[in-house]
Amino acid sequence: MITRRRTIGLLAGAAVGAAGCADLADRRKVVRFWAVGREGEMAAELVRDFEALHPHIRVDVQKLPWTAAHEKLLTAYAGGTLPDLCQLGNTWIAEFTAIDALEPLDHAAQASRVTALDDYFQGFVEANRIAGVLYGVPWYVDTRLLFYRRDLLREAGFAAPPETWDEWLRMLAAVKELVGPQRYAILLPLNEFEPLLVLALQQGEPLLRGDGEWGAFRSAGFRRALRFYNSMFERDLAPRMTNTQISNVWDEFGKGFFSFYISGPWNIAEFRRRLPPRLQDAWMTVPMPGPHGPGVSIAGGASLVIFRSSERKEEAWLLAEHLSQPDVQGRFYELTGDMPPRRTSWRAPVLAASSHARAFRIQLERVRSPPKVPEWERIANEMKLAAERVVQGVLSVDEAVRGLDRRTDQILEKRRWMLQRERAS
Amino acid sequence: MSLERAAWLFIAPALLALGLFFFLPVAGAFIMSLTDFDLYALSDRANLRFVGLRNYYTLLQDPLFWKALGNTFYFVVLGAPLSIGLSLVAALLVNSKLARFRALFRTIFFAPVVTTLVAVAVVWRYIFHARYGFLNFALAQIGVEPIDWMGDPRWAMPAIVILAVWKNFGYNMIILLAALQNIPEELYEAARIDGASAWQTFRHITVPGLGPVLLLVSILTMVGYFQLFAEPYVMTEGGPLQSTLSVLYFMYEEGFKWWSLGRASAVAFLLFILMFIVTLLQLRIGRREARA
Repeated sequence: MITRRRTIGLLAGAAVGAAGCADLADRRKVVRFWAVGREGEMAAELVRDFEALHPHIRVDVQKLPWTAAHEKLLTAYAGGTLPDLCQLGNTWIAEFTAIDALEPLDHAAQASRVTALDDYFQGFVEANRIAGVLYGVPWYVDTRLLFYRRDLLREAGFAAPPETWDEWLRMLAAVKELVGPQRYAILLPLNEFEPLLVLALQQGEPLLRGDGEWGAFRSAGFRRALRFYNSMFERDLAPRMTNTQISNVWDEFGKGFFSFYISGPWNIAEFRRRLPPRLQDAWMTVPMPGPHGPGVSIAGGASLVIFRSSERKEEAWLLAEHLSQPDVQGRFYELTGDMPPRRTSWRAPVLAASSHARAFRIQLERVRSPPKVPEWERIANEMKLAAERVVQGVLSVDEAVRGLDRRTDQILEKRRWMLQRERAS
Repeated sequence: MSLERAAWLFIAPALLALGLFFFLPVAGAFIMSLTDFDLYALSDRANLRFVGLRNYYTLLQDPLFWKALGNTFYFVVLGAPLSIGLSLVAALLVNSKLARFRALFRTIFFAPVVTTLVAVAVVWRYIFHARYGFLNFALAQIGVEPIDWMGDPRWAMPAIVILAVWKNFGYNMIILLAALQNIPEELYEAARIDGASAWQTFRHITVPGLGPVLLLVSILTMVGYFQLFAEPYVMTEGGPLQSTLSVLYFMYEEGFKWWSLGRASAVAFLLFILMFIVTLLQLRIGRREARA
């Protein structure tokens, strides 16, 4: 076994050696670029054009799977092998800033002729700023809004989708009446925190107090959001189910098991592909209704970041600039279905023609970031668990928010200690 | 060279490997469990605090940890005997001279062990599906109301037990089968001549003959079942209402999802101590049985 492994090792070594020889002839500077998931597969194509435009640079694209990306990046950080340029989820920016891994980009972005920041949707630029400093350039954007069954809503007596919570509840009740006890009006999967987070962000009250030091889930706003969320289960408008129980969300949406679904842009392509042709006109997207009118949603998506450890920052920035050009972003949308972060890029014919994308274009102007602390994902997870306990009738809303604040304060203990130490020095 | 020194020399490589790859990491993990090692500490060692036994203290006060512990015990107490019992029945069946196609059944029973859990989970998710699932369909034939296997906190763990038992019984079956074939045929012949019933033969020849192997199988199963992780990970993500969260799953989330490596190490040590005690108890019971 060992000998065989060693042989393979030797062979691999020989291969690397041969590649090294080839590199000697190739004097181009190498920029290492890590991209995640499907974007990683498609990035290679965009990079080829870049290499043609910049003959002195070679880009080495590495693909990471979404499920392992976070761990891989942290391991690379610990091992000092981070790439030059990287695709980073917006919610991870705070975390990688906390460990001081990211290069500030304000200067480069302002000096650049390509990345005109005021052309970007403001909420997403904000998502990339930590304490006023810009650490990433939005690459593609992602937010959550309502997918709904137009036909069922019309049958229930409503011609237009909801704009306020009250309207929304009325429509949900009417749809529920229409579809009967075996089916539901909306799907709010209990293993996703995003639907509740959207409702909470719409309140405009911060979810954390201080400098992200304490939980603020006891606020009237969050209670209102949680109560509203819970009422959809109490009134039997939403099933108490997780996504894994549903098995096939698209199929169930087609069968009318639920008529409203809060989800993101990737599902446009999925619904188009998976719903039968006769239902293709039956579904539509609409911006999130808010408490008293059009509401905000989450500023998600991913950005391009340059790591501090990089020795090719200039070249990496050139690549970031290339990927930020409106026509390249239009191409990127065609390849991946990822929505571009710049208003100009939205003029691309494919995007302008898509009726399902239109709601996203509107929603993108109205987004808010969740709290930018490294612990946020863990807190969001606790929020999800607390909400599940309320929905399953284990806790009341008041008990749940008190418990959630207690957990959040525990999670943020280390952050408080570090901030105190910082202030003291 | 004295005999003693030669002996030390011979075991030196093994000791070295053990020390390097077992004792050293374990010691390291123990030290880590006394700190609050996390993401911040990863970036700057100045952010590392020595917290003594606080990780253990807060863990023992964390209701979620106790819940995970309770769930794990529930799983072991329900799953291990079921699994061993089913293995024994399967082994007896495929060992029986009356059975036909024994090789075929042996293969079929062993197949779940070598399948990938993730792939199997997809199938089982459909089997457990509340509305379209085969299991509920079968239960409906005998008049049982549909059960929300993956959604009802009371039923999720039994569902996980069913999956785990199905997945694992083949392995123990093979071990028990080997042991069964080691019991001398003469004993059965003698019993037959003495006019012993099938049950008497089983109780007084088969079970004592299997004794040591049964003990081994029960320890292996127990240790394995205490480390419940993959089944809830692929089926339920620990839900609903954390009713399928196991200690190992809890540790995984602490360590690799949230990077609280200090706390995760503390969980690992608590689990280690627990399994050590349980195994000691089993060995003691096994020894008493052997003496009796």
